[in-house]
Amino acid sequence: MKILVCISHVPDTTSKINFSNGDSEFDTNGVQYVINPNDEFGLTRAIWFQEQQGANVTVVNVGGPDTEPTLRKALAIGANEAIRVNANPTDGFFVAKQLAEVIKNGGYDLVIAGKESLDYNGGMVPGMIAGILGSNFLNSCTAITVEGNNVNAVREIDGGKETVNTTLPLIIGGQKGLVEEKDLRIPNMRGIMTARTKALTILEPVDAPVNTKAVKFEKPAPKSAVKLVAADNLDELINLLHNEAKVI
Amino acid sequence: MSLLIYAESAEGKFKKVAFELASYAKKVAETLGTTVTAVTVNISDVSELAKYGVDKILKVNNDKLAGFTAKAYADVIKQAAQKEGAKVVLLSSTTDSIYLSSLVAVALEAGFASNVVGLPVSTSPFQVKRNAFSNKAFNITEINTAIKVLGLAKNSYGIFENAGSATEEDFNPTIDENDFGVKVASVEKGSGKVSIADADIVVSGGRGLKGPENWGLIENLASVLGAATACSKPVSDLGWRPHSEHVGQTGKPVATNLYIAIGISGAIQHIAGINSSKVKVVINSDPEAPFFKVADYGIVGDAFDIVPQLTEKLKAFKAQHS
Ligand SMILES: Cc1cc2nc3c(=O)[nH]c(=O)nc-3n(C[C@H](O)[C@H](O)[C@H](O)COP(=O)(O)OP(=O)(O)OC[C@H]3O[C@@H](n4cnc5c(N)ncnc54)[C@H](O)[C@@H]3O)c2cc1C
Repeated sequence: MKILVCISHVPDTTSKINFSNGDSEFDTNGVQYVINPNDEFGLTRAIWFQEQQGANVTVVNVGGPDTEPTLRKALAIGANEAIRVNANPTDGFFVAKQLAEVIKNGGYDLVIAGKESLDYNGGMVPGMIAGILGSNFLNSCTAITVEGNNVNAVREIDGGKETVNTTLPLIIGGQKGLVEEKDLRIPNMRGIMTARTKALTILEPVDAPVNTKAVKFEKPAPKSAVKLVAADNLDELINLLHNEAKVI
Repeated sequence: MSLLIYAESAEGKFKKVAFELASYAKKVAETLGTTVTAVTVNISDVSELAKYGVDKILKVNNDKLAGFTAKAYADVIKQAAQKEGAKVVLLSSTTDSIYLSSLVAVALEAGFASNVVGLPVSTSPFQVKRNAFSNKAFNITEINTAIKVLGLAKNSYGIFENAGSATEEDFNPTIDENDFGVKVASVEKGSGKVSIADADIVVSGGRGLKGPENWGLIENLASVLGAATACSKPVSDLGWRPHSEHVGQTGKPVATNLYIAIGISGAIQHIAGINSSKVKVVINSDPEAPFFKVADYGIVGDAFDIVPQLTEKLKAFKAQHS
């Protein structure tokens, strides 16, 4: 089985979010980048398939040279090889178009993307890849097993979950649950050393229309201070929630 | 040209998000000088939609669509959009609608903006405001395609009545067998409990509650309020509560009217996921807990004393006000 794991390179979750250039660009100053958490669950599940079922795992990112440390980290965790599509990931469709091209040419059976990336939160790339390629698609996927061509998987739904059957080739939008938190791996020294010798192929992007573009960013308005209610005056809290906030 | 919405339903009834989407669509349609068409799947009585400003309803009734199948539903929405010559297609942000949105956008060669909050900033060029960076910022996105698909963030606009009358029309889109490549084998839903996605109020517990044996505190308060229960990430990682209750940046998003955090410190990743809730209450013994910086109302004190008292008082309040 050939697996492709789409890796988004995103600011660490503790990052302060600021903008530069007249609020038109994300300010990367002092920001640490990590593998998008949803993708990390997917990558770890892919490595499980590699170890248990002999799958070959490629990781891919659409981004500039600055994203290579993130791909190297994925290689250190255990991916066999990496691909970087050398382009600025301007919008969801552009990225999906590049990834669809990689998938077409690479003949991957299973494509694991994250259900959303924690920077722009678009949540659209896996579905768009599926739309472009016409393959089977499962979003919000929290568990997956593969036997031959047959796939058994779980999708989180509002208020519960559903179990589905499908076949390869398949694209999933993955999330926590694909593996447990405790199974996530920190690259060890050996992994880091071998990652240096693994192939990282750089591809040039294919043409794609500019459907949308981010023109400006805004920060939320500053919040007014919390109203403290004394612990022995709970009636006041109920009064505020009822009469002021009108939520009960 | 008109504006098309997919009015989502479950078990034969519209979801609340369908009414929010209709309310929003009406306002956008007014700005664009057009009307609102809704497409519905397997709903016999659709009249309720007219209350929120929908002008025309395309009713799809087909046994093949009895269960939700993203590709097939996306195909139906695409065909409805083409039939109506819709230039703007509006979808909700439930798990199902998010699942099908990108498929709809690709099928219509439409630019897609998800997590939209508020009315379009401008209609020419077409610009919308979206949540980004896990609610730490907004992103103004311009859509340049002829057809535009928008995903409205949950609970970001509200439900407004706009009584009118709607014409109803049966619509029979072509159903493609190839759309059923993913087959649902079984569905598990927490019975009788409000889900985090649908709840107006969420009561959430953190590590400050010390152990799973103390969750009665959270459940009792939630049951008085008709609320869903949730928890912080370590609580689910420790196995005190199921993963499905984990909320935050790496868990479920919460955009509810009232979020009550008990024994939760308010780490940046937790706040990122719950910050679009309208009103936030924190109960924490540490006055320095970061949650107090983002909350609207706060109580400094021991949850083990406060929560049972609050539950009793709310019970009395509810009895009086129902
Ligand atoms: C990549 C990444 C992603 C993450 N994603 C998430 C996420 O999605 N969601 C999430 O929640 N976290 C997330 N976290 C974890 C986050 O950083 C915090 O560790 C976590 O939110 C803390 O949970 P807590 O508030 O329950 O526990 P703590 O931080 O331990 O806080 C417990 C609180 O309880 C209070 N307390 C103690 N006793 C009492 C009492 N008797 N009465 C009242 N209050 C009391 C304490 O004062 C304290 O403030 C993430 C972390 C990382 C690194």
